[in-house]
Amino acid sequence: MNLTLKIWRQNGPADRGRMVTYRVEDVSPDMSFLEMLDVLNERLILEGDEPVAFDHDCREGICGMCGMVINGVAHGEQRATTTCQLHMRHFEDGATITIEPWRAAPFPVVKDLVVDRSSFDRIIQAGGFVSVPAGSAPDAHAVPVPKKDADAAFDAATCIGCGACVAACPNGSASLFTAAKITHLGLLPQGQPERASRARAMVEQMDAEGFGGCTNTGECTAVCPKGIPLDTIARMNADYLKAASK
Amino acid sequence: MAVTGAVLVLFLVAHMLGNLKIFLGADSFNHYAEWLRTMGSPALPNRTLLTITEIVLTLAVVLHMWSAVSLARRAAKARPVKYAARRRSQASGYATHTMRYGGVIILLFVIWHLLDMTFGVVNPEGGDATPYARMVAGFQPSRWWVTLFYLVAMVMVGFHLRHGLWSAFQTLGLARRYRALKAGAGAVAAVLVVGFLAAPVAVMIGVVK
Repeated sequence: MNLTLKIWRQNGPADRGRMVTYRVEDVSPDMSFLEMLDVLNERLILEGDEPVAFDHDCREGICGMCGMVINGVAHGEQRATTTCQLHMRHFEDGATITIEPWRAAPFPVVKDLVVDRSSFDRIIQAGGFVSVPAGSAPDAHAVPVPKKDADAAFDAATCIGCGACVAACPNGSASLFTAAKITHLGLLPQGQPERASRARAMVEQMDAEGFGGCTNTGECTAVCPKGIPLDTIARMNADYLKAASK
Repeated sequence: MAVTGAVLVLFLVAHMLGNLKIFLGADSFNHYAEWLRTMGSPALPNRTLLTITEIVLTLAVVLHMWSAVSLARRAAKARPVKYAARRRSQASGYATHTMRYGGVIILLFVIWHLLDMTFGVVNPEGGDATPYARMVAGFQPSRWWVTLFYLVAMVMVGFHLRHGLWSAFQTLGLARRYRALKAGAGAVAAVLVVGFLAAPVAVMIGVVK
């Protein structure tokens, strides 16, 4: 496959940045999107150019490091797929592909396609934990959890914190991410003591970081590589309203 | 958005039911309009309840717009650099993307509608005619462009409710069973659009004279 790539290049946080066009030839349809970028970068290095910086780690779709907006869609148009798990067979030979970083004020660009997602870390620090005596591991059956709750909590817990929800949201809202964490902990017995304070602290931190407000467009869940459902946001709103009215 | 929207939806339901009285004849319709002014009388002075309703509705509209503007401004601040590629919607739902410009169209409509039917400024019969006469005169075939504007505005109201109704439940944390909730929102929106358009269309085609 031969492709034309239009990639956002930005030398550092202070650089204005611009779209730069590259040709990549002899791409195998079996390559992942990141492997295709590796091929481009090897060539750029050989030619003495600066390679395109992008985040990646496990390349198995479970670490949450990778992510770029491909043709205007976070992680590309393939549903429930991270950029590293997206394969070139989903593109046409000769296609032009636009590649941009996540765009949000709380995700400042570090370089090229790499953004700083520390704002997510601070939302977690605000309340995304359970305070339990961390002694030896308890017996698995010490705290019974109904199967339905365990499943729903696990669905929410599959969030890898990649930030695609923010990138896709027309409002730049981080509601799906925050709601996934609030749901994951709020459904389990261990999360109950801090349920109200957690919802309040995490939502307030999310707003303080400068994320936009949720208008229920559903763009987030559509691009989420883990398919985190919208009902997590309803649960977050319910927990927050309950906490705020106390 | 959710709370003020809920107030406005309740008003829309009452307004639509009131409108349908036009099919019961001029006396019934005019009597209904008179009743709105004398509700609670003689215990309360005339227009007491009507004025309270008007104040609540005005407040709801203003706060609804204030919420919308602050959300739009937060959104603009949260994404200072736009995407170069056209953002293609991945979620289903055309109505969702009409909320902001649709809301502006609805606002323009409400202003026209008040000038037309309440104050009679732009109505051929003027403000002194009976409500029934104003309604019939307003939607004559010769004024087809007015009826067309009402039609466009009502379709916008329909889209607005299609997203707004289920969205309000979501914002208040009450949303469950999404398929049923969204279908319900669509059904309520459709009933309101049809109910509101029944009177203007009936006048235009001469069923109501």
